[in-house]
Amino acid sequence: MSILLDFAQGVLALALAPGLVGLVRWFKARLQNRRGAAPWQPYFELIKLFGKDGVVSNNASWLFRAAPYVVFGSTLAVAFLIPTIFAPQALGGVGDLLAVVYLLLLGTFCLALAGLDPGTAFGGMGASREMTIAAIAEPTLALAIFGLALEAGSTNLGQIVAQTLGNPALAVTPGHLMAFAALFIVTLAETGRLPVDNPATHLELTMVHEAMILEYSGRYLALIEWAAGLKLLIFFALLSNLFVPWGLAVVLTPVSLLVGVAVFIVKLAFLAGVVALLETRVAKLRLFRVPELLSLSFVLALLSVISSFVLR
Amino acid sequence: MASIFKKIFKTGLVTEPLTAGDAETVELVHAISEQTRRLLGRSLAIREVDAGSCNGCEIEITALTGPVYDSERFGIHFVASPRHADLLLVTGPVTHNMQVALVKTYEATPDPKLVVAVGDCAKTCGVFRGSYAVAGSVDQFIPVDVFVTGCPPEPNDLLRGILAAVGRLPGKKQAAARGGQA
Amino acid sequence: MSAVLFPLMLAGYAFGALAGLLGGRGSVGRWLVALGAGLGAGAGLGLGAGVIAGGGALVWSSPDLFGFAGGLQLRLDTLGAAFLVLIGVGAIPAAIYGAGYSEAYEDGRTALRRHPRQGAEASGFMLNLFLLSMSLVAMADNIFTFLFMWEAMSLSSYFLVITESSELGTLQAGQWYLGMAHLGFVCVAAGFMLFAGGDWAASFDSLRAGAAALPAALRSIIFLLALAGFGSKAGIVPLHLWLPMAHPVAPSHVSALMSGVLIKLGLYGLLRVSLDLLGGGPAWWGGLVLGLGAVSAVLGILYALMENDLKRLLAYSSVENMGIILMALGAGLIFHSYGLMALAGLSFVAGLYHTLNHAAFKGLLFLGAGAVLHATHTRNMELLGGLIKRMPWTAFFFLVGAAAISALPPLNGFVSEWLVFQALLGGFQIPSSEMALIMPLAVGMLALTSGLAAACFVKAFGITFLAIPRSVPAEQAHEATPAMRAGMGLLALLCLGLGVLPFAVVPLLGRVLAGIGGLPADPVVLTFNLSLQMPAGFGQMSPSLMAVGLVGLLALIPVVLRMLRVNRRLRLSDTWGCGRTGQTPRMEYTATAFAEPLRRVFTQLYRPTKELTIDFHPESKYFVQSIEYRSQITPWFEKVLYRPLLEGIRFAARMVRRLQSGSLHLYLLYISLTLVLLLIVARWL
Repeated sequence: MSILLDFAQGVLALALAPGLVGLVRWFKARLQNRRGAAPWQPYFELIKLFGKDGVVSNNASWLFRAAPYVVFGSTLAVAFLIPTIFAPQALGGVGDLLAVVYLLLLGTFCLALAGLDPGTAFGGMGASREMTIAAIAEPTLALAIFGLALEAGSTNLGQIVAQTLGNPALAVTPGHLMAFAALFIVTLAETGRLPVDNPATHLELTMVHEAMILEYSGRYLALIEWAAGLKLLIFFALLSNLFVPWGLAVVLTPVSLLVGVAVFIVKLAFLAGVVALLETRVAKLRLFRVPELLSLSFVLALLSVISSFVLR
Repeated sequence: MASIFKKIFKTGLVTEPLTAGDAETVELVHAISEQTRRLLGRSLAIREVDAGSCNGCEIEITALTGPVYDSERFGIHFVASPRHADLLLVTGPVTHNMQVALVKTYEATPDPKLVVAVGDCAKTCGVFRGSYAVAGSVDQFIPVDVFVTGCPPEPNDLLRGILAAVGRLPGKKQAAARGGQA
Repeated sequence: MSAVLFPLMLAGYAFGALAGLLGGRGSVGRWLVALGAGLGAGAGLGLGAGVIAGGGALVWSSPDLFGFAGGLQLRLDTLGAAFLVLIGVGAIPAAIYGAGYSEAYEDGRTALRRHPRQGAEASGFMLNLFLLSMSLVAMADNIFTFLFMWEAMSLSSYFLVITESSELGTLQAGQWYLGMAHLGFVCVAAGFMLFAGGDWAASFDSLRAGAAALPAALRSIIFLLALAGFGSKAGIVPLHLWLPMAHPVAPSHVSALMSGVLIKLGLYGLLRVSLDLLGGGPAWWGGLVLGLGAVSAVLGILYALMENDLKRLLAYSSVENMGIILMALGAGLIFHSYGLMALAGLSFVAGLYHTLNHAAFKGLLFLGAGAVLHATHTRNMELLGGLIKRMPWTAFFFLVGAAAISALPPLNGFVSEWLVFQALLGGFQIPSSEMALIMPLAVGMLALTSGLAAACFVKAFGITFLAIPRSVPAEQAHEATPAMRAGMGLLALLCLGLGVLPFAVVPLLGRVLAGIGGLPADPVVLTFNLSLQMPAGFGQMSPSLMAVGLVGLLALIPVVLRMLRVNRRLRLSDTWGCGRTGQTPRMEYTATAFAEPLRRVFTQLYRPTKELTIDFHPESKYFVQSIEYRSQITPWFEKVLYRPLLEGIRFAARMVRRLQSGSLHLYLLYISLTLVLLLIVARWL
């Protein structure tokens, strides 16, 4: 029964993902003093893309056509493993936080290869930059996980959530706060948000994620865009539910589940607002300044772990 | 830090509603198919192609994504790659040097696709007609669905032309009620 | 059972060696060599598996053979058995592959440049000798046997490395390899000497018994000598220099064996001496190993990223993976010294799992690189490309290897890296705060290498196989022969199997170090139904279920899309190039360009030299005729460590050369002086 709920939770995350992307865009539009499209505009975009024909380069191989499915599948698999509405999950024993990180890396790996496949310079450039940023963000992710896992005594997400729910004072320890800040910076880097990457740019030389998907069209593009939205939702879910887990349903009654859904949407909306404000305020960093930003997040994560050691 | 946000909140929304406008500026070449209208009506990706223009039209097109004209409220967004695009917004008389590029851009765009030719140059080569550098008007190289005349056309005319291409051109009655959908 | 398998192993290798000498270079000879090697390796695999699965240790001794040095004594316990299994796992696919690959040597030409070859006919003989000596190293039970087999292993692998001796750089690489192997041998021998107190005939049993009585300082010196000697074989920075030289020039199945099996024997030696014979030691031993492992891992992958030679890239990546394994072993030694036996068991299982996985995926990658070399006659990635359409099977297998080494689920690299992470995370329980604090740093460095490895293998696979061919040989590449494909396919299946069935592998690995060196005799239990579960519930995950889920989703998504009747029309067209008229290979991304952002990020470490020469038109400095840009990265330990060392040796040699003046009169004077000295000494003593 709870396995079915796990799947339902993942499908709900999938359904909410385009809305989240639309919400961030709507906030940004309003902050630019214009009306902007409705928050549900990305749904129309996906429907349209699924209806369009596809055009494929004749240099591309089977990898180009398979990559969107792998990217989408691996991101969806992660959506089934993280706590969004309730915790702990029945599928919690299948994958822990490290597994989540590596599943996301699987998607990045395939997308980078797909960027190299058609043989364009833009694709190669996007792949190169994406892998650089992913590589430098890995230590921060690992250390942030380390910090959380030390407190909870486990790398399993359900345990981490339960630990914070059990000791509310944990949520404001310096370790947790610094880990949150580090993870927030990594979220911006991994999901391609300002100041690391501008999701709305048209200048190929400034692109990172977009450059890899310039050759995609039709249903392939729809899958990749959806997966990108889902990745954003996953990171927001991790940020909110690992550090501020109140609102997650712990008993599986209809009321608590509905409350869980409502609280989750509120958390997502809040984080969407924060990201929109940040994107309005800052400019994109030069590519070779991004490692400095990621080093800052690494230092924060390291300090958070050291503080757990020192304060144990 | 806070000053930018203070300014934002003081300015408020500045988007102007779209009015019906002059009927002659937008010329529909043929009727829009129902399938295209259904598929592209709510979400449209535009790839702009400069086939040799003087950039006067480009400046007007740039205004489209700004707060005053806000094309995004109609579900229109601009994309970098023609593979992502549904509609090509072509400006300028087609010069010899841009002829192949224009055709390749058209070929790279997936079906169903539309073409809106912007400005007098795109329709009749405008002031550059007969120049040694000009190969012809846009419809001599790729099929065009809508012509938006003007030198340069106003952003509102551009919006009307694009919406006409997907069959969403507001009539006079709907204009007032539909002023700036959100 | 074991009574049959052991002679069968010896017989198999002997048969293969004879076939190598007498069988000729034709197809029959090659397959007989492969048969012999495969039979021997298979028997060894069976033998090792039997011992691990629960049989007792196998003992075999011949005191009369080399009796002056204690005789030939062999004993196969679970630790040696694990490495015997490793040899089998690495050698069988390599042997099958080699039967097809050696065809390049058949007509007297090397795979690379079609020069007449020298020495290739002995390679079948040497291969079997190499495998046999490695197997016997894992079974050695006294000092003499161990050192004898170790030297045989080094020599036979030297001859294998210089098979393509007419190629540029091969002989020099062989010289470096031989030199460093012997340096390592000297360290190991010295360590054993000190351990045994000068008694060459000592057996391991007597060493084990006497270890506790040795003073702590002596034990540490023995450990350091063992670390230096075995570490140089394992490829620890800074003793790894031979690795990126020797692995690329060797024939590809030999490279696979060297990377997959030979360097692991360095680990075997280290484990045997430090854990088994010495019985473990203070925490700083483990800390040193952990630190060296972390540094090797990061530096290895950083230099791999900058390489454009495919096989050198893989060689540096081997340095990286050995670093990861050493991190696990170091953590195990630390936990062992604090008595945290459950965590020590976990760390050793993680290290051994990664050893096995590395043999599988690195072997696969080297075999794939060999197929590319065989087809295009070049290792330079800047000249390759587009091979995925011309060599589809090779490309697929290489992709599996690349994904496995980047630790992507559901393949094997992910499982062992997860285990190593869990082992390091257990460091929280170490009582000493200083020791405990190196664990987070180790976790950070492990994660960094993991990310960089993914970037490196996107480059290796993407530039070599994807996009358009960058040269004529790449355009004319052909698919690998069936034998080569079979070898690669076996290893790819192994990668998948080790990734999806860890619940079957981990219990077996848990038995390997049970009862050795003070570890509890009960095997380590880390599984729970279909998942892996850490001690004290610290982490749980199931790669098997994840694989099922992923495959299920990948199958489900197209079905759902078809049900929703999405548009499935596809049209082929030119690559979008912003409207340019054609596409040439010069417009693609290059390997150097791919790694350039990381080169900039780590520029303080790499310290690349840059030379820029701009030629202007003689009549105007606004017109540039040519621009030449050269950039080179020399590993800094080469500059700081090896060059001064080589300079010192040359200086000493020059000094000594003064003695050799060539004058007969001076030599006669030397002789008479020596005679007089000896007479005086004999008279007075």
